[in-house]
Amino acid sequence: MNPMQNRDNKELQSAIQGYAIRLGDDSIVLGHRLSEWTSYGPFLEEDIAMSNVALDYMGRARMYYGYAAELDADDKTEDDFAFLRDEREYKNLLINELPRGDFAYSTVRQLLVDVFNSLYLPELMKSQDKTLAAIAGKAVKETQYHLRRSRDWTLRLGDGTEESHQRMQKAIDALWGYAPEMFEPDEVELQLIAAGIAVDSSLFKEQWREQVAAILSEATLTCPEDSWAVRGGRIGYHTENLGHMLTEMQFLHRSNPGCKW
Amino acid sequence: MVNTVHVIHPVNDLWAKRLVHRQQSDFQKVWDVLDDVKDPEIPVISIWELGILCDVTRENDEFIISITPTYSGCPAMETIEADTLSALSEAGLGKARVRVQLAPVWTTDLLSPEARQKFKDYGIAPPDQSACGSCNLTPESGITCPRCGSKETQRISEFGSTACKALFQCQQCLEPFDYFKHF
Repeated sequence: MNPMQNRDNKELQSAIQGYAIRLGDDSIVLGHRLSEWTSYGPFLEEDIAMSNVALDYMGRARMYYGYAAELDADDKTEDDFAFLRDEREYKNLLINELPRGDFAYSTVRQLLVDVFNSLYLPELMKSQDKTLAAIAGKAVKETQYHLRRSRDWTLRLGDGTEESHQRMQKAIDALWGYAPEMFEPDEVELQLIAAGIAVDSSLFKEQWREQVAAILSEATLTCPEDSWAVRGGRIGYHTENLGHMLTEMQFLHRSNPGCKW
Repeated sequence: MVNTVHVIHPVNDLWAKRLVHRQQSDFQKVWDVLDDVKDPEIPVISIWELGILCDVTRENDEFIISITPTYSGCPAMETIEADTLSALSEAGLGKARVRVQLAPVWTTDLLSPEARQKFKDYGIAPPDQSACGSCNLTPESGITCPRCGSKETQRISEFGSTACKALFQCQQCLEPFDYFKHF
């Protein structure tokens, strides 16, 4: 291998690692938000369902971080990525970090993310990177279950009581501007899209919108206009919420470095 | 009296391939020892029967045991790894290492025919693809009750005590039961 090729390979490997980390960040942040419902669910079965979905996301985070650790030149571990990075180093999409809100808010967030994942993961399964494709292959089936649940709840609450309808509509209006960021690949992703490794989410933005709009309409809810958008997660600019979340999530590991149980 | 119809599950391709692979392996003793390693959540089913034991190979002076998780977040993997290593060590089979592989992806089609019967005996309804319909997900009703055999059952929750199970209730005997999801 000539030195030029070697350098290119190193760059590519480092880009893949960055991509795996950001996918891990999406998973761990949303997984943590979902886990906050454990023992606070509206009733027992729902409590268990939320915790189950949270666990699926935690599992994904471990697989993505585990892969990033394999690619790491300094022998970092999954724990280093999860517990020893500050908020500016986290690259998750902002929608995942917003506080859990009420049950309507968490339901709408899951709906938007589940529809997104149901389009994203089948594409990632086609990745030239075998490990990322394998992770997507595991996650895609779980997402089918997640989406059915968030869709069912959207229909039930949207087309439910006046109170539940109003809370759902409020949640959609509050979350809508966090959706565009999901469909805007940055430079890291563009480079990997060209190499057949990353997913180009801009290609299914319309499909996402149609599917979400159809579910909202069936639930008698109004799909908002695109009047505002917030972005920045992929470059480490976050809402104030992520810092608070990480403080709680990382506290134990940081005060007891290397602790195990 | 309830007439119980015994359905013989056709042996599917994935399972048959696993069996042939095991039978052709050079390390029969290792596979046999691993039959004693059970799933920590369902202690009547071995990791072989559950389909998460993928392969036994040898690299240099140690055995490599390949296992695969059921669901992404399966919290039992670390226990299974420890149980695997201790079973091999107790059997005096020398050095061994566990490798977790993600592909080919685990599915309930990998379950052994014995596993289905053991699930029933343990009070868990085994995966039933025929009841799933076109979406292939857990149905709202119609899963056979593992206690009384009635098909008059109702889904209570899509997500049960672990990620791989959903919760049902029988309308005949009124008992709630776990259903191991078709996945």
